[in-house]
Amino acid sequence: MFGLDKKDTSLLILVAILTMLAPFILNPFPASSGLAQFNAGYPDLMQRFVIFGIFAIGFNILFGLTGYLSFGHAAFIGVGSYAAMWMFKLVGMNVLPALALSMVMSGLFAVVIGYISLRRSGIYFSILTLAFAMMSYALAYSVLATDMDGPDQQGLLQKGLTGGETGLQLTLQDPRVFGEQATADGNLPVPSLFGLEMRSSTELVMGDWVFTFSTGYYFCAVVMLLAFYLSIRIFRSPFGMMLRAIKSNQQRINYTGLNAKPYMLAAFVISGVYAGLAGGLMAAMDPLAGPERMFWTASGEVVLMTILGGVGTLIGPVLGAGLIKYMENILSKINSDILHTWFAFLPDGLEDFVVGMIYPFIGKGWHLTLGLIFMAVVIFLPGGLVEAGQRISRVFKGRKAPEGAKKSTTEPAE
Amino acid sequence: MDAIILQVLNGLDKGSAYALIALGLTLIFGTLGVVNFAHGALFMIGAFCAVTLSRILTLSHEVIDETRTDFLGNPLKVDVPYVYDIFGQATGDAIIDWAVPLSILFAIPVMILIGVVMERGLIKHFYKRPHADQILVTFGLAIVLQEIVKYYYGANPIPTPAPEAFTGSFDFGALIGMEANNIIYPYWRLVYFGFAAIVIGAVFAFLQFTTFGMVVRAGMADRETVGLLGINIDRRFTIMFGIAAAVAGLAGVMYTPINSPNYHMGMDFLVLSFVVVVVGGMGSLPGAVLAGFLLGILESFASMREVIDIIPGINQIIIYLVAIIILLTRPRGLMGRKGVMED
Amino acid sequence: MSKTNLTRRGLLKTSAVAGAGVALPTIFTSSANAFTNEPTGSTVTLGFNVPQSGPYADEGADELRAYELAVEHLNGGGDGGMMNTFSSKALQGNGILGKKVEYVTGDTQTKSDAARASAKSMIEKDGAIMITGGSSSGVAVAVQALCQEAGVIFMAGLTHSNDTTGKDRRANGFRHFFNSYMSGAALAPVLANAYGTDRKAYHLTADYNWGYTTEEAIRTSTEAMGWETVGTVLTPLTQTDFSSYIAPVLQSDADVLVLNHYGGNMVNSLTNAVQFGLRDRIANGKNFEIIVPLYSRLMAKGAGANVKGIFGSTNWHWSLSDEGSKAFVKSFGEKYGFPPSQAAHTCYVQAILYADAVQRAGSFQPCAVVEALEGFEFDGMGNGPTLYRAEDHQCFKDVLVVKGKENPTSEFDLLEVVEITPVEQVTYPHDHPQFAGGSLGSCNNGA
Repeated sequence: MFGLDKKDTSLLILVAILTMLAPFILNPFPASSGLAQFNAGYPDLMQRFVIFGIFAIGFNILFGLTGYLSFGHAAFIGVGSYAAMWMFKLVGMNVLPALALSMVMSGLFAVVIGYISLRRSGIYFSILTLAFAMMSYALAYSVLATDMDGPDQQGLLQKGLTGGETGLQLTLQDPRVFGEQATADGNLPVPSLFGLEMRSSTELVMGDWVFTFSTGYYFCAVVMLLAFYLSIRIFRSPFGMMLRAIKSNQQRINYTGLNAKPYMLAAFVISGVYAGLAGGLMAAMDPLAGPERMFWTASGEVVLMTILGGVGTLIGPVLGAGLIKYMENILSKINSDILHTWFAFLPDGLEDFVVGMIYPFIGKGWHLTLGLIFMAVVIFLPGGLVEAGQRISRVFKGRKAPEGAKKSTTEPAE
Repeated sequence: MDAIILQVLNGLDKGSAYALIALGLTLIFGTLGVVNFAHGALFMIGAFCAVTLSRILTLSHEVIDETRTDFLGNPLKVDVPYVYDIFGQATGDAIIDWAVPLSILFAIPVMILIGVVMERGLIKHFYKRPHADQILVTFGLAIVLQEIVKYYYGANPIPTPAPEAFTGSFDFGALIGMEANNIIYPYWRLVYFGFAAIVIGAVFAFLQFTTFGMVVRAGMADRETVGLLGINIDRRFTIMFGIAAAVAGLAGVMYTPINSPNYHMGMDFLVLSFVVVVVGGMGSLPGAVLAGFLLGILESFASMREVIDIIPGINQIIIYLVAIIILLTRPRGLMGRKGVMED
Repeated sequence: MSKTNLTRRGLLKTSAVAGAGVALPTIFTSSANAFTNEPTGSTVTLGFNVPQSGPYADEGADELRAYELAVEHLNGGGDGGMMNTFSSKALQGNGILGKKVEYVTGDTQTKSDAARASAKSMIEKDGAIMITGGSSSGVAVAVQALCQEAGVIFMAGLTHSNDTTGKDRRANGFRHFFNSYMSGAALAPVLANAYGTDRKAYHLTADYNWGYTTEEAIRTSTEAMGWETVGTVLTPLTQTDFSSYIAPVLQSDADVLVLNHYGGNMVNSLTNAVQFGLRDRIANGKNFEIIVPLYSRLMAKGAGANVKGIFGSTNWHWSLSDEGSKAFVKSFGEKYGFPPSQAAHTCYVQAILYADAVQRAGSFQPCAVVEALEGFEFDGMGNGPTLYRAEDHQCFKDVLVVKGKENPTSEFDLLEVVEITPVEQVTYPHDHPQFAGGSLGSCNNGA
């Protein structure tokens, strides 16, 4: 089906089912129970899951297939977000033109950065991409955020091209040529798809469970499925084979008379466009673009997502993205108060002891847990979460997979 | 002219910190082939060795002073450090005052121990693993180390002043017969530069003139052959890791009076020091030092008003811009070796 | 958000259609609730969005302590703190409108993206009716815009940029903290008094929005006093060593250095400036002086002895002797063992003000709350008589000019209040050039 073999088709269908049912799957605990804290089925986080999933899928096309480790991919997210925001400001609130411009702009950026950076390989390539991203970050934060209108005017550019620290925002004065400047009640219009507002949602109450179905989420989910499908096609195409060949031995490719450069650049640009698309979607779900999304830690985050999930595997990066975003949004919100209610059944002294033991790892200590998980995954699961899944399924199937098969899926690259 | 001299001094000073961190980073990379993202954290831990020692020296017991009150109107509890009880107030004050230099003695064993434990306990298992895995595991370790420090010391910067004798500045202008008070430079920053020069010199001398250093250099060039000669290169590399950690730690200790240490100072330096290492050329010790000073000086010049007025924002991006230019014109950085980290 | 009981099958079908990009009937936007997160049970949930990781984590922790204290007081626990001295007596100590106050917390990480994500999760998942907190203007502006869109009230925490209630003001957002303009207006006369009117100032400014507005405010108000600005240089936010920015000051003919830096930037730039001997310098026949427009006691601690004698402004300080401040310091100090910071104070006040406004309005509906807060005059909250101005949702109250204390008696006793600048002196028209270019829009009930 869809030009995929049977295994890939079933993977795609599985992913499709999981994303479509995500509002149920991510909300397993009834709203009134103490465990509701762990529910992730609210629109913002679900949107983040799929958006960062797209980002990681795109990153994996470059890193997983060619082994080139870009440390500046967050720059494309930023470019995509800013491009989408300018579309919202100048043209109108429809998300499709905004996403189109995000992809075009980030693609152009990727051509330039890729063309220069791909002249080097290994860590030199990584540092070049990092340098470009950090330059974009620094400029977006400062020079590009200064008043370009002149002191007496309050026009479009009064906070520059990027809005600096506060981020680029919609204002009531934006022209929005093909849309309304303000809603009937004097507020900012929201991004929409031909009138279907991204932030609208419907709730389904079933007993003690509340499931939220957000338009924005389903829009992102469909985009992610398309992106995922495309990445499967790339992985299985002759082009994908070529990229793998470059990864395993670039010299040999050169000796056969093939020029690897155009292939590399194509992969770089494709993954840059994926990142730009993710950035555009971020702006479409939440119309504000800030420069922090271009900081090196954001670039590092997608590397971590990919490795955590499983480099070079199809589904791994999406899982990694989900895990990191889940920790960031759920763990950081647990405070000592909540801990005390959970363990209230214990005798007082013991309760304080248990809370005291757990407290450093949650709430403001969530970074600590994140660090520990990174270490644990790399030490014990070199192939990331996908390897964990394989091991579990092996246990169930009761046989050991051939060594070679395991190696081909889990061999991380650099 | 004065301004240029001052910026050169600033550049050398900044360069000292970059060079020290980059030196350790290169040492680890050159010997063990490991990309150590926790190196910034080692710098930070060094700085907190100084904080810890000054906390230990000022460990106090409370004495209630009935004549004064605290913010709630209760009698004020005055902290009296134990060193006062032991050495008397004058000597005690002097010891507390010299906490930062004293921390060098404290930090060297601590940092070597941390380095060796890190190598034996964690890094050892990653020699054969891809660089991406090394980056991830050391990055995870860096986060863990920094969160532990944050848990105990808080997120705010902690003042750790230099000894009284080193406050104030040295007047270069008066020295060379120019207008006084024009080219002045803080004593402690001069100390930092001198200290960095000594440490860098010591590391090079150690590698150049000792048998141990010779073996290590041989091992850096060709690990297998040295191993085949029956030399236990692993143990020596472990010790080198400890030394690299100590270099980063000392850079941190001495840095505390320049800027109050905080738990994320390591991350602030991490990316920059990587850029320094790569610009210098992966695996090249002189390259790391050279690039450290070069980037420090360029950064200082780029932050001059005259320069910013011509190219707005240049101070924000100069290091990265220079890195891009150097990497495009010199494929392996300033002094890099062929074939290192290019696959 | 709407609450509709749909069958699962029908819903999946419509979602799929939605995904396919076909316009739907307005069922998705129709509202069953009167406003976003209308509290229906016996409790009401407030969202405390403070920095828990990153460089401002300690400030965030102090804000959180203040919120916990405020919740305790609202629910009738503790000694009541400033609720006893507050001029409005609407609050009964039985929660808000009889509903017990509960709260959720989030981590802004001092990044606008992360702050919006955590605010969104509090609104979407935990049903928070109001979001408050934060320790930077970037975050405040970003979260304020989000709350406007979502239809909940935003009570800003520590945010000092003019833009929060200027260019980026929003109908659903309120700021109790003072701003850059007020710092300038309060500082200038004190500075002219202490250092004379014939001064040449050199500005180092953090290269982001707050830095720009602060520099502009200080420059305008000191120039009006007769000072001359001889140089301004922008410093990168990520800068840690300011030596290369401080050194050129020695070559300029300036005799005052203004550090438009906050937090870690301020600690480092001040430390570096003192290292370069600027405190002991004589320029133009006068003592060289350093000024820090916005002081934070928590951060000043990081600069140690370097703050001694340096002028700055602050929103509130625990050593104030009015009844409100005393009551607050007492209940905070007894609970946590140390005096509260200005961030803690503004957050506590914001929480109480919100609760009081709901109580007076008789409803949690955001537009009713906005109406109750607009033009609200109150006293007894530590800053003297205060007005929440209707035009821009900024509080107008006295501003403190402070100075680093020469002989601190404890680690908290770092600043001494030099002057309490009366509110008239720091009041400005809402369309003042430094604030122009924004509009509140209209209040949004969401849903």
